[in-house]
Amino acid sequence: MKPKGWKDLPPGSVITRPGSATEFKTGSWRTFRPVWVPENCIQCLFCWMYCPDMAIKVKDGKREEFDYDYCKGCGICARECPGKKGQKAIIMVEEGK
Amino acid sequence: MAKVVAVTGNEAVANALRQANPDVCAAYPITPQTDIMQRFSGFVADGLVNTELILVESEHSAMSACVGASAGGGRVITATSSQGLALMWEILFIAAGDRLPIVMPLVNRALSAPLNIHGDHSDGMGARDSGWIQLWSENAQEAYDNTLQAFRIAEHMDIRLPVMVCLDGFIISHSIERIEYLEDDAVKNFIGEFKQLNPLLDVEHPVSYGPLILPDLYMEYKRAQHEVMTKVSKVVLDVAADFEKISGRRYGLFEPYRLDDADIALVILNSAAGTAKDAVDQFRDRGIRAGLVKPRLFRPFPYQEIADALKSAKAICVMDRADSFGGFGPMYMEIASAMMMNGKKPILINKIYGLGGRDFLPEHAELVLSELADVAKSGKARTFKEYIGVRE
Ligand code: SF4
Ligand code: SF4
Repeated sequence: MKPKGWKDLPPGSVITRPGSATEFKTGSWRTFRPVWVPENCIQCLFCWMYCPDMAIKVKDGKREEFDYDYCKGCGICARECPGKKGQKAIIMVEEGK
Repeated sequence: MAKVVAVTGNEAVANALRQANPDVCAAYPITPQTDIMQRFSGFVADGLVNTELILVESEHSAMSACVGASAGGGRVITATSSQGLALMWEILFIAAGDRLPIVMPLVNRALSAPLNIHGDHSDGMGARDSGWIQLWSENAQEAYDNTLQAFRIAEHMDIRLPVMVCLDGFIISHSIERIEYLEDDAVKNFIGEFKQLNPLLDVEHPVSYGPLILPDLYMEYKRAQHEVMTKVSKVVLDVAADFEKISGRRYGLFEPYRLDDADIALVILNSAAGTAKDAVDQFRDRGIRAGLVKPRLFRPFPYQEIADALKSAKAICVMDRADSFGGFGPMYMEIASAMMMNGKKPILINKIYGLGGRDFLPEHAELVLSELADVAKSGKARTFKEYIGVRE
């Protein structure tokens, strides 16, 4: 996409296209990556509720993989995850490792 | 038919605001502006306007409320002075950057310290770079007329920028003058209905105001903001032409006074220009070709037009009722820039006068004109910047 020139801008810093933030991929900000361990997951969906970036996909009431395009790696999901018998179902792994 | 009344500058401005019937007014008191918002809140209480009056806890909040209400899609006003404007400073830039057509009378008053409640221009000059359009007014009539025109300019679809209408604290705000009011219907037709542009409250077309804009786009926004300022002069003149039709009073970007063949000239804003014009007349009577420029539109500044108007002058004194400490007065810097437009170099001197409400007297103007006559003759300035009307 050609970057916008000044003549293409609306008057003032106004976003006139709702939902356009999905075009802005924030996943590259990550230094730590959450990794899902399905065998420890009890499907409580705490991670889905707590994630500030809607980066946990849910289908038919069941948790699925992370959406790494938007996951910033904040680690909130890993902290809130109760897991199974003290075993976390989300662990944070340093990117590049 | 126009109605002739004897009112203060503040009363005249408040009446203009009533006639504009804004949707939202954020009010906070500060001397010498308080009177405007006090009278306006009276109009709200009496049901004379359909305005939502928001009583806020500071001027920072007043301007913030104005930004929200204006982005929401309404005609929005507030008024302030001095420290109040200084406290709004951060939000002034947001109002302009988001292109919100807020109208704000600024009753010019000195800035602290030392604490002073009287008139000078340091408040308005401090907001010079905020992106607001500034109209300056010599007397109560001009303050009233400028306030009415400000709505048309701010809300013009090619512009959509906030406008500050400046008038001198106490000297104009609290003195009673003879002025002509326009009929409510005439004003209503002149200003017209408020037209929305990307209003936040249009839930069918959701918009977001004020996103983070990083280095890849920020400069494009600023270039666009510069561009809209280049269109303001034309709109100001078009609005003035329409205003003349209903009022019989003519406005331009500035007022040239006896300038055509002037050898010496003063550049002076607001109420002191009235005093200075009398001194110019006296010098003319004595055969000295003196003239005067009274700027009206200060932002955007009409550099080329003022340079052309001053083309015959050999010596010019720019009178500033504000100082830029360590620099020349703010108006001096504009006129010095204007002089570059035609590549002509008259001798340009700067006098700082009237700070904190110090009287500007006819003899002050006469002294300056006498000095200018000497400068024009000798071709040499004695000093480039000096205070006048001050004790040693
Ligand atoms: S690390 Fe943060 S952003 Fe990523 S999925 Fe977990 S909660 Fe969401
Ligand atoms: S919080 Fe942990 S256990 Fe609960 S659904 Fe998410 S990954 Fe599974």
